[in-house]
Amino acid sequence: MTLSTLMPVFALLTSLLASVVIFALPERGYRLRTVINLAAAGLKIVLVGVMIWGVAQGREYEFAFNMVPSAEFVLRADALSMLFAGLSALLWLLTTIYAVGYLEDSPNRSRFFGFFSLCVASTMGIALAGNLFTFFLFYEMLTLSTYPLVVHRGTPKALRAGRNYLVYTLTGGAVLLLAIAWLHGLVGDLRFQEGGHFAGVDPSLHGPLTIIFVLLITGLGVKAALVPLHGWLPQAMVAPAPVSALLHAVAVVKAGAFGIIRVVFEVYGLEAAEAMGLLTGLALVAAFTIIYGSTRALYQIDLKRRLAFSTISQVAYIVLGLCLFGPLGVTGGLVHLVHQGIMKITLFFCAGNYAETLGVHRIDELDGAGKRMPGTSVAFTLGAFGMIGAPPLAGFITKWTMGSGALAVGMDWVVAVLVLSSLLNAAYFLPIVHRLWFAEQHQAWPHERRWGRLETSAWLLWPPLITAVLMVLAGILANVPFSPLSWVELIVAREAAL
Amino acid sequence: MTPSLLYAFAGVALCSIGLFGFVRIRHLLRKLMAFNLIGSGVFLLMVGLAQRGGQPDPVPQALVLTGIVVAIAATALAVVLIRRYYHLSGQTTLAEPRAKRAKPPAPTANREGSPE
Amino acid sequence: MTLGLMAGLLFTPLAWAVLTLLVDFRKGRVVTWLGMAVQMLVSLGLWAVVASDGGFLYLLGGWQAPLGIELRVDGLAVTFVLLTAVVAAACGWHASIYLDPDKAWHRYFWPLFWFLWAGLNAVWLGGDLFNLYVGLELISLAAVGLVALGGQADALRAAIRYLMAALLGSLAYLLGVALIYGQFGTLSLAGVTALLNSAEVPAGLSFALVLMLLGLALKTALFPMHGWLPPAHGIAKSPVSALLSALVVKASFYIAARLWLDLGGHLGSYALAQLIGALGGIAVIWGSWLAFRQVKLKQVVAYSSVAQIGYLFLLFPLTWGVSDAISLQAQQGITLQVISHALAKAAMFLSAGNLIMSVGSNRVDALAGVSRFLPFSLFSFGLAGVSLMGLPPTGGFAAKWLLLQASLASGQWWWLGVLLAGGLLSAAYVFRVYQASFIDDTDIDHFFHPSRSLEVIPMILALLSLGLGLMAEPVLSVMSLPFEAGRGQ
Repeated sequence: MTLSTLMPVFALLTSLLASVVIFALPERGYRLRTVINLAAAGLKIVLVGVMIWGVAQGREYEFAFNMVPSAEFVLRADALSMLFAGLSALLWLLTTIYAVGYLEDSPNRSRFFGFFSLCVASTMGIALAGNLFTFFLFYEMLTLSTYPLVVHRGTPKALRAGRNYLVYTLTGGAVLLLAIAWLHGLVGDLRFQEGGHFAGVDPSLHGPLTIIFVLLITGLGVKAALVPLHGWLPQAMVAPAPVSALLHAVAVVKAGAFGIIRVVFEVYGLEAAEAMGLLTGLALVAAFTIIYGSTRALYQIDLKRRLAFSTISQVAYIVLGLCLFGPLGVTGGLVHLVHQGIMKITLFFCAGNYAETLGVHRIDELDGAGKRMPGTSVAFTLGAFGMIGAPPLAGFITKWTMGSGALAVGMDWVVAVLVLSSLLNAAYFLPIVHRLWFAEQHQAWPHERRWGRLETSAWLLWPPLITAVLMVLAGILANVPFSPLSWVELIVAREAAL
Repeated sequence: MTPSLLYAFAGVALCSIGLFGFVRIRHLLRKLMAFNLIGSGVFLLMVGLAQRGGQPDPVPQALVLTGIVVAIAATALAVVLIRRYYHLSGQTTLAEPRAKRAKPPAPTANREGSPE
Repeated sequence: MTLGLMAGLLFTPLAWAVLTLLVDFRKGRVVTWLGMAVQMLVSLGLWAVVASDGGFLYLLGGWQAPLGIELRVDGLAVTFVLLTAVVAAACGWHASIYLDPDKAWHRYFWPLFWFLWAGLNAVWLGGDLFNLYVGLELISLAAVGLVALGGQADALRAAIRYLMAALLGSLAYLLGVALIYGQFGTLSLAGVTALLNSAEVPAGLSFALVLMLLGLALKTALFPMHGWLPPAHGIAKSPVSALLSALVVKASFYIAARLWLDLGGHLGSYALAQLIGALGGIAVIWGSWLAFRQVKLKQVVAYSSVAQIGYLFLLFPLTWGVSDAISLQAQQGITLQVISHALAKAAMFLSAGNLIMSVGSNRVDALAGVSRFLPFSLFSFGLAGVSLMGLPPTGGFAAKWLLLQASLASGQWWWLGVLLAGGLLSAAYVFRVYQASFIDDTDIDHFFHPSRSLEVIPMILALLSLGLGLMAEPVLSVMSLPFEAGRGQ
């Protein structure tokens, strides 16, 4: 038990223990709870930072023991897991700050923050899982810990959304379990391994492996909200804004996408998956999801619902990137895991600010909000432009890399999809931006609250501003070491080397 | 056809009659007697079957004695329960009382609201 | 050392049963606390002895079989002895606070409780068919008495129904024993197995096995013979329900499993194994569905027991005619399922008792708003529910994983559907309760607050069931080779 063995465990435990302590605290312990939350989030960032540094130096962090006969519990920090762990550690801190401000004076905060921490612990576990068995463990834990957050308000609408969420995710989980158990029975316990396992696999296994692949993607696709498994996501919008932000940017949706990445890269291996002809189907599903999500987003009048459909579309970029058989395309897909997270969380923070400060939920009520809330609106505008893919923001990096990747391997139709999707993105984001800045306010805000000098509470204002800055930095400084893009290039180099 | 086999057959016959009664009869006391009849059949079968070369085997005798004690204990418990049940509900069968359910909840039905 | 432990294990429950018969509830409570501590220590000690030195055969009072009582102390048996000690102590502790000491008849809880414990230990350790029968009867009579403790007509009706089913089951089992003895002239399970291995199996002896299994299945409430269980478990006091669901039904299953693993190879058949498995599968689906439909909270939990018991019977098809490795996997899976269900279901019934006590109604929809007032009990309930759903990282998941592997490896893929659908359906009924508790539009805000210890006990059990998933490997290794270990030493 050296320190390097225990690092992943500590990273997991920071939020797990925080959750236990928060559950044990009385509802009134407001200050102590906030302190614990922020301390745990800060500690986690430090731990993850140390591991990122170590992994860059080529160090191994691994913790493993036998849980059930023949199945291992493995926590391991590799380049890919650090991509996701880094994202969730960073955004957890910001979302916690935001949630503290957002839930001021509302009931059941102890329960909320307890499950919130549990949810982050699950995300961290998903990032660090070293094999499919461990991955599944945390994947299901994530389902269970997000349910109380989705139904937090306890309204009939929230409960209905929660039930729908469970039906989708638990069924998806059952399919995933079946696939993992089958794979385990077929070839034994497989650790995630750069380059995958099935490079020269016996052709007689191709049949079962193909079916298992479809099952795996179906199980993971529910959380990643691939069409037609996306039905739960728009409904889950009834959750409080910080939950939506976390759900869309890091936790649930990304867990599904990250799982697909693991399966394609480190279980099957990119080449083997391609050789078995598994990726074309996946690419078509992803492309369809991109267009479908964007088109549906056009017709939404509720701001959060529009953002939700936008998520469906954006997450499919990550999946599509994997299917572009080539280093550039893969880089574009992976880097979007981070970029989409930062952009989408900015947009949700802003949507939450409009709802909390002005009582605005619908897009047509946003007229003139830019004058009343300039900070929030600047962040929102940046996020929107990022999503559209305007240079030099983060979204541009993604689309540019993916587009060049597609051209390099001769998949020209992907470029058409990217262009069409960008046009649709512009079509549903620009009207909002226009309303924010150029339309005149023609009615009173539905439910306005004031916080002294600032446009809204400082707890609510800073997180979107910070993420907006990060987003700009991720675009401008894309070639600096430890930027998302350089890290992803490191991952891709390691995957290809084996 | 040895006498011991005869006992065994008698045991089987008792079992069948008892089982028939146990399934068909709804009156609780008579059901209980049917149970005792099955029990006697099993004991008879046990003693009857276990013969080693014409010599009676002492082990089943001892076991059957234990079995009878258990059966008596069970019967006693059943009688107590049935008696108490009859006092409380005035019923001699296990049928759910239908009439009671049709009535609106009387004060006694407040049990629903008390901790069990 | 070992002699002292065995004496302590067997003597304490019987002695305490007599002791507590003489005193009232409050004194009985104090006496019982002492006894539970003794029993806990002895069980732990015995478990440690077997874990380090392996199992052994123990002759009670030095008498040889067939007249003496032969006890088989192996890894599996001591694991169940320890499980019984943990669950029974938790239920006893809960009952000592939960039951109203001012109701005169509650004093009988203690002697019945201790007789039940004695019977359970007798079944786990019993080495011959007849003593297993006596142990089973002791359990049944004590359990029926505990159900009747509620006192009202409904409780008595449930108790009588339970008694009738249990008696019929016992007689079917005894009849099978008579047939076996008539054939082999021995009652020792090991002896019968040895004779079966050496001699031709006479035709028709399968009937004896079928009879015994039928009787035991009736006592375990296998579909379609489950009718007696929900009323009895639903109406009993919560600690009693916990004992019944966690331990009592497992005793008859334990005997059935041992019979099957020892005799099934010769006397069983593929068709019989598949039939029993199919009944188990139907029990999982149908029981879960009924649990979902129930109006009353404890009925939900009771029907969930019917479903969970169904999983256990998958042991029969998954161990018949398969390789030893697969059979071992299935046995380990089922053993984990028994233990995790015992812990989780006890936790669930105890926390359901707390919830009912708190809102003053046993209906599911009366739980609205309780998540704010009794989060601790609700959390225990949910945690136990996670284990029942078979979601990680609980013991239920470890069990399900092993069973999935065994079904795949043996080519009996049709059980996969049962395992996966069962998990989803249990999620449906657990979350239905949760959902009810999250509704926030209630005006009621005078909830009764049960004492802290009442809330802690189910939490401990639920955490144990959770920890079992993480510790499955060491626990299974102490059981060494389940059902077979340590024979003849």
